[in-house]
Amino acid sequence: MKQFLSFVKKEFFHIWRDRRTMFILLGMPVVQIVIFGFALTNEVKNESIAILDQSKDAAANRLIGEISASHYFNIAAVLHNPDEIEKTFQTNKAKLILVLPSSFGDDLKHLNTAQVQLIADASDPNTATTLINYATAIITDYQQQLDATAQMPYQIKTQVRMLYNPQLKGAYSFVPGVMAMVLMLVCTMMTAITIVREKETGTMEIMLVSPIQPMKIVVAKAIPYLLLSVINIISILLLSVFVLDVPVNGSLVLLIGESILFIITCLSFGLLISSITDSQQTAMFISLMGMFLPTIMLSGFMFPIENMPLPLRVISNIVPSRWFYEIVLAVMIKGLGISSVWKQTLILTGMTLFLITLAVKKFKIRLE
Amino acid sequence: MRTLRFLLQKEFRQIFRDPGILRVIFMMPAIQLLVLPWAADYEVKNINLAVVDNDRSDYAQKLVSKIIASGYFKLDKYTTSYTDALHEIENNNADIILQIPPSFEKDLIKESSSSLFMAVNAINGAKAGLGSSYLQTIIRNFNENILLKWVQFPRFNMQTRIDVTYSNWFNPHMNYKFFMVPGIMVILVTMVGSFLAAMNIVKEKEIGTIEQINVTPIKKYHFILGKLIPFWLLGLVILSIGLTIAYVAYGIIPVGSYFTIYVFAAIYLLAVLGLGLLVSTYCSTQQQAMLTAFFMMMIFVLLSGLYTSISSMPEWAQWITKFNPVSYFIQVMRMVVLKGSTLADISKNIFIVLGFAFALNLWAVLSYRKRV
Repeated sequence: MKQFLSFVKKEFFHIWRDRRTMFILLGMPVVQIVIFGFALTNEVKNESIAILDQSKDAAANRLIGEISASHYFNIAAVLHNPDEIEKTFQTNKAKLILVLPSSFGDDLKHLNTAQVQLIADASDPNTATTLINYATAIITDYQQQLDATAQMPYQIKTQVRMLYNPQLKGAYSFVPGVMAMVLMLVCTMMTAITIVREKETGTMEIMLVSPIQPMKIVVAKAIPYLLLSVINIISILLLSVFVLDVPVNGSLVLLIGESILFIITCLSFGLLISSITDSQQTAMFISLMGMFLPTIMLSGFMFPIENMPLPLRVISNIVPSRWFYEIVLAVMIKGLGISSVWKQTLILTGMTLFLITLAVKKFKIRLE
Repeated sequence: MRTLRFLLQKEFRQIFRDPGILRVIFMMPAIQLLVLPWAADYEVKNINLAVVDNDRSDYAQKLVSKIIASGYFKLDKYTTSYTDALHEIENNNADIILQIPPSFEKDLIKESSSSLFMAVNAINGAKAGLGSSYLQTIIRNFNENILLKWVQFPRFNMQTRIDVTYSNWFNPHMNYKFFMVPGIMVILVTMVGSFLAAMNIVKEKEIGTIEQINVTPIKKYHFILGKLIPFWLLGLVILSIGLTIAYVAYGIIPVGSYFTIYVFAAIYLLAVLGLGLLVSTYCSTQQQAMLTAFFMMMIFVLLSGLYTSISSMPEWAQWITKFNPVSYFIQVMRMVVLKGSTLADISKNIFIVLGFAFALNLWAVLSYRKRV
């Protein structure tokens, strides 16, 4: 036991004395939470719109006023000629162009109907759809103002309630994703690389000839990273509760317990990688390809799984972080208990056992 | 000049004799470009709908079948209990609950006004927003049809109406892949430039071969050029592979000219290589270099506008994107590939990236020491 503890101590020194690496490891979740929480939003605001007003009458002016008053749009340019439309898009000056025909005010006054055209830069399809929806809503509002007195018969009113995330904040889906990503990075990639580094520099040989059992060497390597990950989880949770206002709705104990289960999954994957590679670059490459990319792509936190073609949906089932992400969403955001995540927990446990068995089997106590 | 030639020869041999690097160079574009665009599909479709129909009237049925017929929604559950439907949302089987109250049809016809209730799983804000607005559009449409059936409008319109027509330019089929593929190519080129270059130099440090170079008469700029040129070429090769895959797999042919893309990429690579060089001068182990490069790349990619639009970011984040070379290239790539922008249109971006290239390389060269 004493031997083991001194090995753990040695690993701590490794991390502690490389201040820059430690700083990045502990700072990474903070930066990610801040970026994801504040900078990455799907909501549309202050998008630049250009106006091609061919009528220049009072009605058109009022409509333009309505648009510039909304916080969704920011009038970036006023065009005078239809030929300018293409150039405006090509130089990224505006994402939406509102075209008012020359008879806009007249039509409105005499015929009670007028036409407007919206042209969107659909190179970003979702933004284009959203912008068109918002602009249409503003125009409809304006139209209702024009005849506020008329009451239409047979109206269906729709009430909408946004569950779990009434302000439609992006943070709600990102926080669980960031947790998965950081744990993966610290546990899988860093663990694999430290062990392989001992191989590469030859110090592994020294350790293997010491009286301690080889398996304990590896476990000793994993323990500091486990601790580091727990610290990271705590800092992510604190940040999300106090800075992002994303509450922990379910049981905290369950959440931490599930996270530790996932940490062990990642660590065993890291161990597996370290025992089948012998250069740091390969280890890094395998953990990037095998763990990190699938986490970002297939766990469902950046990209919706239900939109993917069938093969990718099938593959996503073997990505551990997908299940962890579902668990965190259910426990943290939806506030559900173990009864709704037992299936995911079971799958994750099974994967962990499989990875550990494989890693132990592949672990070589002899050098080549 | 001769020294440089030998150095280049050495670097190329080193690259081509390392199967790991070659694998990265050819696998990365293939995997990222062939898999990522399929995964990164933000198009909102297949919204699962749970209907709580407490009315079971003719109109309620008609409304539901109209919603399903729109193609955006899939009926997940048709029930009479809200608890059941909520359970579907908790289990991720449904995204939206539409509740039709008991007297929906009666109220509509007798009271001339009726209400519907919608509960949206808003954890994914974007999907919730778009999904609920699709649903509302369909309901409004349904409403108008009823109105037309019951009300005989006079020939002259009593109500003021503004008809909105819209058109989507540059990507009329709203294909999300056209949006993602050019962006992913930028990420590829950036990864090769910064990661591989930084790791390559730091490896020489870690295994000690840099000392051998330091004791030779090779000049500082020889060494740096010898490292930069191979990766600069490699970056352009990756870009070409990327463009080929984009054409073969997705049929994406730039509307603008290839020349414009390559001109910008050539300048951009200088900036990114400068960044890689800078990382390498401040790191002494590959682990450090990898982590530092990874950390920077993460910030750069997230704040590049690849996934979310820059103009909706808060002020401070927009300010950071101004110092992010990746965001300039992504802009340019999308402008040239989708909209056919010319060199003149992107001249501002060219000058900014040229500035980056100059500043980063100067910094890197100044801080590189021919000492251990």
